[in-house]
Amino acid sequence: MDERSTETNGNAQKDKTSMQLEGDRDIVISRTFDAPARIVFDAWTKPEFVKRWWAPSSLCVRIVEVTADVRVGGAYRYVIAHGDNPPMGFSGEYLVVDRPQKLVYTQVFEPMADAGAVVVTVTFDEKDGRTKLVSHERYPSAEAREGALSSGMEHGMRDTMNQLDALVRELR
Amino acid sequence: MHATFAALADPNRLRIIELLRSGPKPVNDLVAELDVTQPQVSKHLRVLRDAGLVDVEAKAQQRLYELRPDGLKKLHAWVEQYRALWDARLDAMDELVSELVREEKNRGRKKH
Repeated sequence: MDERSTETNGNAQKDKTSMQLEGDRDIVISRTFDAPARIVFDAWTKPEFVKRWWAPSSLCVRIVEVTADVRVGGAYRYVIAHGDNPPMGFSGEYLVVDRPQKLVYTQVFEPMADAGAVVVTVTFDEKDGRTKLVSHERYPSAEAREGALSSGMEHGMRDTMNQLDALVRELR
Repeated sequence: MHATFAALADPNRLRIIELLRSGPKPVNDLVAELDVTQPQVSKHLRVLRDAGLVDVEAKAQQRLYELRPDGLKKLHAWVEQYRALWDARLDAMDELVSELVREEKNRGRKKH
């Protein structure tokens, strides 16, 4: 791992999802599942499954539509909605589909399509019945990555952010 | 937050942050550790100060540079919310995956 990366995995025992920033354009997220790779791969890609996890209820967003034609050159589109705001779509095309080891696809956040496409490389590494999933997002620019990092705000976490801000002010 | 990210996108500036973790340092100490000239280090320090990550303090004839913990905390909070988003997603996915594993086991048992 790049030694310049910013390690943000707090408590390794409590938080099972790790995230690292690499260079100024990449975000790497990883998590290990207690299941074979083919199951994790299907959970990641099949629309009926994506509906179950991509917009979890704790984030105050609901998933409106999921379509995915999981083959090289195939397209996908995930649409979420937050309160009464207009729905927002994420869409792209599959570049590599190597079930169940590897998946590469582009991702465009439709309201900000001008920012360009993120290239997401997902690997599913199975060992002793467990699968380590690594999602490597490469943003078209440092600004685009920053926009994605701030997207937590769009997922109903504004309050948490405000609380943290208040805390930071108190600590000053 | 843009200034913060821009400030940290440079490897030398990130290295300065790492060096200052052990405590306040004069610019010459930083020059000795980095493979860049003193004016360059000063320039980097200015960017870090503008981004609210580093502060300077005059102490006994010298200027000591130190980290501003609030600046780093803010950056951490900013990055943390994206991790929290993925943590929530992958928690939900973990539940789904466990369910799929159980279903497969049940199907396997029925076959035999």
